[in-house]
Amino acid sequence: MAARIQIPREAKRGDVIEVRILIQHPMETGYRHDDVGHLIKRNVINALSCRYDGVEVFRADLSSGISANPYVQFYTVAEASGDLEFTWIDDEGERGSERQAIVVRG
Amino acid sequence: MRFAGLALAAAALAAGAAPAQERAIPSGELKSGSAFLGSDLRALQNDAFANPGMLWVERGEKLWREPAGKKNLACASCHKDTSMRGVAASYPKIDKASGKLFNLEGRINQCRTERMGAEPLRYESEDLLALTAYIARQSLGLPIAARIDGAARAHFETGRAAYHLRRGQMNLSCAHCHDAQWGKRLLSETISQGHPNAYPAYRMEWQTMGSLERRLRACLSGIRAEMLPYGSQEYLDLELFLAWRAQGLPIETPGVRR
Repeated sequence: MAARIQIPREAKRGDVIEVRILIQHPMETGYRHDDVGHLIKRNVINALSCRYDGVEVFRADLSSGISANPYVQFYTVAEASGDLEFTWIDDEGERGSERQAIVVRG
Repeated sequence: MRFAGLALAAAALAAGAAPAQERAIPSGELKSGSAFLGSDLRALQNDAFANPGMLWVERGEKLWREPAGKKNLACASCHKDTSMRGVAASYPKIDKASGKLFNLEGRINQCRTERMGAEPLRYESEDLLALTAYIARQSLGLPIAARIDGAARAHFETGRAAYHLRRGQMNLSCAHCHDAQWGKRLLSETISQGHPNAYPAYRMEWQTMGSLERRLRACLSGIRAEMLPYGSQEYLDLELFLAWRAQGLPIETPGVRR
């Protein structure tokens, strides 16, 4: 599962930073049928979490109402240099993760 | 005077330029499909991070460097990284060696089979969409400039005929909507001018990336006409006509569409 993360590379301590993530996933709703009429099993990313320097700062429970290739954006406060690490899991148990470092000064 | 006029007309033909009056939509009135979107989708397309099509562009960049086939060559083994700027804007294009018309997808597969000794990528496969999008992205903002002179002329004429051919149960041609009714509403949607400058594009209806031919098939299905197989000659010729029709519009790949 490919994903893209966008955070500032550097920030000042106390700055509010924008965090963006785009994950490639079909987010199969469970309501669609294939060409021969069989129901396609639901398979969506059901949990997404972000840890900043080891501490969870964001968590979302996603469901079949979220479009394919979900895009999530939130804000957090730059407190210390470290990694923002995203982890997610879909209905089939496939896990994904992606991380990016931020340098915090001051 | 008359002779001078003829000479001018001959010069215009030689340069591959068709007379202005042949254009149903004059150059000054050309509008990209993005002009018919809501502001939210237009913003999504213009956001180089959030545009979901960029996932395919990124994948294409990886594939570009990945060796494939018997000769263990990658695209990057021969082509420099940024050397594809402007290329997509000139397609569909006649291949000088074979004299055949290729769209970008076909050209990629020709390179794979003839130069890399690799299997062609299946039309509409994730890999072919990714490579096409990666290459086309490098022409971002450049005007479409496909040539219709020489060997391309016959393809252009066939493409023009295909564009104006009434088809399917609704007995409509492309021109009935995209030349005569653009800007008006078809149920909840605004009819666009039907330009190819954003493809491969991410379509909300598909929830994924798709080629121009997939979009053509969607239109054909909409008017209840027969859909041709991917890569068929009629689509290629039609793509060339569409490129001429959109001449001057900037490349937007990967576009975001409804």
